Amino acid sequence: MDINGQDLIRACSAIGAGLAVIAGIGPGVGQGIAAGHGASAVGRNPGAQGQIMATMLLGQAVAETTGLYGLLIAMLLLFVKPLG
Amino acid sequence: MNQAILLSEGANIDFMIHGIVPIEFLGQTVWLTTSHACILIVMAIMITFFIIANRILKKATDVPGAGQNVIELIVELLEGMVQGSMGKWAPGFVNYIGTIFIFILISNISGLLGLRPPTADYGTTLCLGLITFSLIHINTFKHQSLKQIWIDKCSPLPPWLPIWLPINLISDIAVPISLSLRLFANVLSGTVMMALIYGLLGVIATAWPAALHVYFDLFSGAIQTYVFCMLTMTYIKNACGDA
Repeated sequence: MDINGQDLIRACSAIGAGLAVIAGIGPGVGQGIAAGHGASAVGRNPGAQGQIMATMLLGQAVAETTGLYGLLIAMLLLFVKPLG
Repeated sequence: MNQAILLSEGANIDFMIHGIVPIEFLGQTVWLTTSHACILIVMAIMITFFIIANRILKKATDVPGAGQNVIELIVELLEGMVQGSMGKWAPGFVNYIGTIFIFILISNISGLLGLRPPTADYGTTLCLGLITFSLIHINTFKHQSLKQIWIDKCSPLPPWLPIWLPINLISDIAVPISLSLRLFANVLSGTVMMALIYGLLGVIATAWPAALHVYFDLFSGAIQTYVFCMLTMTYIKNACGDA
């Protein structure tokens, strides 16, 4: 099997895309921490559940952004193929 | 074949934007794409809804009927949201925020109608982000004196030592980029995920992807709409100041 330069670039792009989605670790940990604190807040003050829920979801959606940047880089590498 | 699937050249996987009508413009070929078509459909839905709502509200009664109830519910929900986060600045912005909320929401859930969501095109979300950016800075210059702005921009250090100025400027420029990329990447990830499931699984993907649609289109779309509007309101309120 011959591997020319084009194939090598594609293979490296695939590996790079895989490495880029490792960025998902951060938001995973962050969202887990936010959900844990949300749960303990509801446990302490069950009356405020609605507001706690809204605040938690807002914070989680903002924290998700960094993971999505990683996903975006992976998609650019796989589908737009900026390197050829 | 495996390699083809990995690199999106499989025949069934399709989540890209396609050109529909080519237009010659200043010697370049520009395209009217599926995004434009989907935006027009979303706008048609919105305008139809607004015209019907207007008709119903012209015949408004003290004891609301079914249609009037729904419209009042939507308007009160949006007003409550803007009022809750902008306080006394709310009356000036409730129209804009309400419109943008409905537009982004319908765009995000238009994947259910078989459209490619217009917000999964960076052109759309960047425009929304730039509108927010202009609103922030117009309101900054309207409500704060130049001296106050200068002090803010040098903020952790005293105003005669503007070392921190470039960093604050960069964080200002990052606002529309992060706003638009957040919305874009969320909707795009949902679109790509659904396209992969339908494209790769073929016959196996019958009926059960509906559950995924509920998460990717409805839940994620609604949350991101809320986040976008919430952040826009927070930034504008900060620009208006507390005065």
